[in-house]
Amino acid sequence: MICLGIEGTAHTVGIGIVRDRPFGILSNVSSMYRPPSGGIHPRDAANHHASVFTDILQKALERANIKFNDIDLVAFSIGPGLGPCLRTAATAARSLSLYLKKPLIGVNHCIAHLEIGRAVTGASDPVLLYVSGGNTQVIAFMNGRYRVFGETLDIGIGNCLDKFGREAGMPFPAGPKIEEIARKGRKYVGLPYSVKGMDVSFSGILTAAINSLKRESMEDVCFSMQETCFSMLTEVAERAMAHTEKEEVLLGGGVASNERLRNMVRKMAEERGAKFYCPPGELLVDNGAMIAWTAILMKKSGIEMDIDETAIKQNFRTDEVDVTWRH
Amino acid sequence: METLIKKGAEAEIYLSEWMGRKVIIKKRVRKNYRIKEIDEELRKQRTKKESLLMSGARKAGASVPIIYDVDLSEMKITMQYVEGERIKDCIDDMDGKEQKKVCKKIGEGIASIHKSGIVHGDITTSNLILYKDRIYFIDFGLGEKSSEREKQGVDLHLLMEAFKAAHENEELFNWVFDAYEKNFEWADEVRKKVREIAERGRYMVRE
Repeated sequence: MICLGIEGTAHTVGIGIVRDRPFGILSNVSSMYRPPSGGIHPRDAANHHASVFTDILQKALERANIKFNDIDLVAFSIGPGLGPCLRTAATAARSLSLYLKKPLIGVNHCIAHLEIGRAVTGASDPVLLYVSGGNTQVIAFMNGRYRVFGETLDIGIGNCLDKFGREAGMPFPAGPKIEEIARKGRKYVGLPYSVKGMDVSFSGILTAAINSLKRESMEDVCFSMQETCFSMLTEVAERAMAHTEKEEVLLGGGVASNERLRNMVRKMAEERGAKFYCPPGELLVDNGAMIAWTAILMKKSGIEMDIDETAIKQNFRTDEVDVTWRH
Repeated sequence: METLIKKGAEAEIYLSEWMGRKVIIKKRVRKNYRIKEIDEELRKQRTKKESLLMSGARKAGASVPIIYDVDLSEMKITMQYVEGERIKDCIDDMDGKEQKKVCKKIGEGIASIHKSGIVHGDITTSNLILYKDRIYFIDFGLGEKSSEREKQGVDLHLLMEAFKAAHENEELFNWVFDAYEKNFEWADEVRKKVREIAERGRYMVRE
């Protein structure tokens, strides 16, 4: 089965073409919207997605070296995400599905991060630490569903870093720049460490970090912010592992590109005698391949969707999905 | 002689002896993934907080292990070892009358804790111990000083889920709540919260 998957939940629109047997990501093309200044306006991001869509579609087909008719299944990110972006991806997917006369499946974006991680790293039953701009969740499989064991109570970790970066005059996305500057930090500047059970919260750290820029060096603040936020994330991931008695931890989401976060989670896993997994960068960030692959799993387990079931779900929760493809 | 009896995500639990008594030592261990500045401060704060919550809940009338020693250099709390059985392991073997009696005590205990402005944060049937007609509350590691109805609701909701998951008698939680209601004037509001939380449907059953 060959599936074309369209990702479009936030700033990135991507198309991935995946084959199940033998497993292969035939192509995975994406384009990220970068606002000229400030944050992401959902409508501007959606306009960007629409304007580059045919271009990346062509590239995806070329790189996969297949024709339209080779596609057996069309998939798209049905949620959660920004409304205008979701609608753009959904509309494109519906048109393709109708045009090709092939079935259409809407995929939960967060679950797709987990499934592609399992597919390419060899993790079988991991706790996923999913860290991106809008989403920060600790997810694991239990009783037929992917349950959210912990999550952010306010903003996503990526959003926290981006907002700090904006205040500090860095371009979007700020994560890579903060990571670079943080390497030169030496002194730990106290920031509020906010873990509640298995949940985290970042808005207090954001405010405190911005305020401390008045007194402390940029290097030390970036360093301290990373240390605080990532320690929190590692701690809740560990708690979820202890709680669910799972012995694998998997990273997903763009923030997992950060070396320091990876090292912390790797170290935590080591000390627990657990296994650490992290997919390659292009599959960490939002991408079409993860949507395509998850749709294949869903389709093979018997899921079908009528066109009227493909309405987008901006607040689609991870644990709403009946995971028919796992037992 | 210290014997490791449990290893959690954050602490190790040892069985030991202290001045001729059988004791439990809860030791928060160093986490090497985080820098020393964060690690030490956290472990110190949490050790302090947990011991304060335990003595606070005890003063409020709930049965909680007595604290013998708090050591902030080694981040450990030495406390009374409570003999007896976890509710998780013994409630199914009781007859209805006994169960009702036990549930009443659990409800009264939670009410005392909540009245004193403390939430436990992890009331499962593994953290309740029956000893000589008293229900002991253990592990205040996720507790905090709070009188928020939401948090009180989380306490009860978790217990409800724990009963539902592992124990047959569906009346158990109702008995707990009846006693809670008689002893805590805001119980109505808490009940509403319990319902709300259940509808959100993301809180997971433990064990």
